[in-house]
Amino acid sequence: MREITYRQALNEALAEELERDPNVFLMGEEVAEYNGAYKVSQGLLDRFGPRRIIDTPISENGFAGLGVGAAMVGLRPIIEFMTFSFSLVAFDQVVNNAPNMFTMSGGQFNIPITFRGPNGPAHQLGATHSHATEPLYANTPGLKVCTPATPRDAKGLLKTAVRDNNPVLVLEAELLYSSKGMVEPPDEELLIPLGRAEVKREGSDVSIICYSQTVPLALATAQKLEDEDISAEIVDLRSIKPLDERAIFDSVAKTHRVVIVEQDCPFCGVGAEVCYRIQKNIFDELDAPIIRVSQEDVPMPYNERLEKAVLPSADRVIAAVKKVCYA
Amino acid sequence: MTSMQPAEQRDEVEMLSLMLLIRRFEERASQQYQAQKIGGFCHLYIGQEAVVAGAVAAVRDDDYIITAYRDHAHALARGTSADACMAELFGKETGCSRGLGGSMHFFNRQNHMYGGHAIVGAHVPLAVGLAFAIKYRDEDRVTLCFFGDGAINQGAFHEALNLAALYKLPIVFICENNLFAMGTSVKRSTSLKQIVDRAEGYDIPGEIVDGMNFREVRDKIAEIVSSIRKEPHPAFIEVRTYRYRGHSMSDPASYRTKQELEKYRLDDPITRLRAQLTREGKLTNEQFDQLDKKAKETVLASVKFAEKSPQPPLDKLYDYTYANGAVEPGMSPEKSKGLAADTAATTE
Repeated sequence: MREITYRQALNEALAEELERDPNVFLMGEEVAEYNGAYKVSQGLLDRFGPRRIIDTPISENGFAGLGVGAAMVGLRPIIEFMTFSFSLVAFDQVVNNAPNMFTMSGGQFNIPITFRGPNGPAHQLGATHSHATEPLYANTPGLKVCTPATPRDAKGLLKTAVRDNNPVLVLEAELLYSSKGMVEPPDEELLIPLGRAEVKREGSDVSIICYSQTVPLALATAQKLEDEDISAEIVDLRSIKPLDERAIFDSVAKTHRVVIVEQDCPFCGVGAEVCYRIQKNIFDELDAPIIRVSQEDVPMPYNERLEKAVLPSADRVIAAVKKVCYA
Repeated sequence: MTSMQPAEQRDEVEMLSLMLLIRRFEERASQQYQAQKIGGFCHLYIGQEAVVAGAVAAVRDDDYIITAYRDHAHALARGTSADACMAELFGKETGCSRGLGGSMHFFNRQNHMYGGHAIVGAHVPLAVGLAFAIKYRDEDRVTLCFFGDGAINQGAFHEALNLAALYKLPIVFICENNLFAMGTSVKRSTSLKQIVDRAEGYDIPGEIVDGMNFREVRDKIAEIVSSIRKEPHPAFIEVRTYRYRGHSMSDPASYRTKQELEKYRLDDPITRLRAQLTREGKLTNEQFDQLDKKAKETVLASVKFAEKSPQPPLDKLYDYTYANGAVEPGMSPEKSKGLAADTAATTE
């Protein structure tokens, strides 16, 4: 194992999959000559050439659709959105064409495509550039959605996504790109299955269920809770769809108390689904009502203080944990 | 039609019989729709037969074709049986999309018919993707992308043309201009005097073709395709045609006059090709009657086939949501297959 950044981990995943399969290509805005808006594709043009690392105009609906069409005849496109906020311009292709094709054609055309890029709020980007799109896409049958929080998960999930025979969204996070973590060396194949959560920290008093940017938040909060003698277990979903029910239920059966910390907005959000499944399947395991900590239900304000107030925070997580623990 | 046959050798009598098959199929579909055997929306191609027939006659069978929702004819033209097409309209398991697609979503992978797409303009980027794959693999195929005059004001259309021109992709954009996007005439929807000028904005060569004349459509597309095979590039043709029926089965087409319709009926594409062949001594009246009889019989048989075909089984409801064979290490096949079923738990 060695320590690399989340950005490097993604870069390695891309390079390894491009190397392994000639049907894989990377397409998006600024991915080639500019080396990526967030430098995730650094060096790939030099290594793989312009046939496989392809700059596009600012034309998300067009190039997302191009990717779906190419996937119909067996290519395996990786389509980068500069941010998933811009994927909304291509919503029709991602929601209507990619996941529906397999059904509509009676199973004749599966679409092996990966859509990837940063998702969720970053820092003072304002309402149009801060969307957490996971509930939108998880609500669409035919799509798979994963949300890596660590460099290791970023690499392993992206590689798996590229090999999947269905449309998969890899929702990265701008604020995680420079974060560091331990990852297997490049000569060791790292594939992390979709639909497998990971307990990032063992605990006994409360299960904090989180994903993407809320994972580092939850881990930091767990340290603070430790000082107050509350032992928090951190369950990183890693994939929103498929959802790893087993891992969630195992943790809840152990702690009997649940706080869901999600990076999206509350109404019909990821936490609502997780919450439903827990009460439906293991109601008797619960010693307290589940609490969700999410964004506030408002378009993201630019003002820094207000943005902080909208986002899940350590204070809000601690308050929620104390409430479910009756502490 | 054998594979790889050059356009000029395609038998014109055979193409006439294809046009007859399309017309008789659509007439029968209309009747079955009215008898409530067919659900949803149903858009008929009657009047436009020379467009798709001319196009498929101009290309090889391994070239890619893709179209919008008025797609029955394109599936038939690509060798999909009338049985499979009618069964799809009936929503039966034997349909060309297993009864899961319906009228607007006909597919035939084996014969390179890539749909059947119901969101106006949304398949034009897909077509560009097919053409991208051709160039990526250094093949000499061509993609034919059909769409209506209604598609040319959609953003997806414009983005797709720009990408095709930018990447110099082997694709022919075929605008089937039947003068109306649903009930809105081109004059009321499009700022240009002629649609073909859209292509000029993307530095794509464009031409106007008489869509009621099979030979003109075929020869123009054959000429363009031969140029594309030498050096990949996009091209655009505005094919001027006319649909005799309303936009869909529920549209009485009261936005146009009887005189206008009659004018086009007099220029019927089937009548015209028949007259050309008869004049040249390649077809007798008896032969024509035989072809028409055969088309009617084929279509009638397809209704019987569709009627007696089974419904798609309920227990396969989740089989076509996610493709199997996904590489998910550690995930059991049952789990992978059951993914869709798991996610459905909320709807109990």
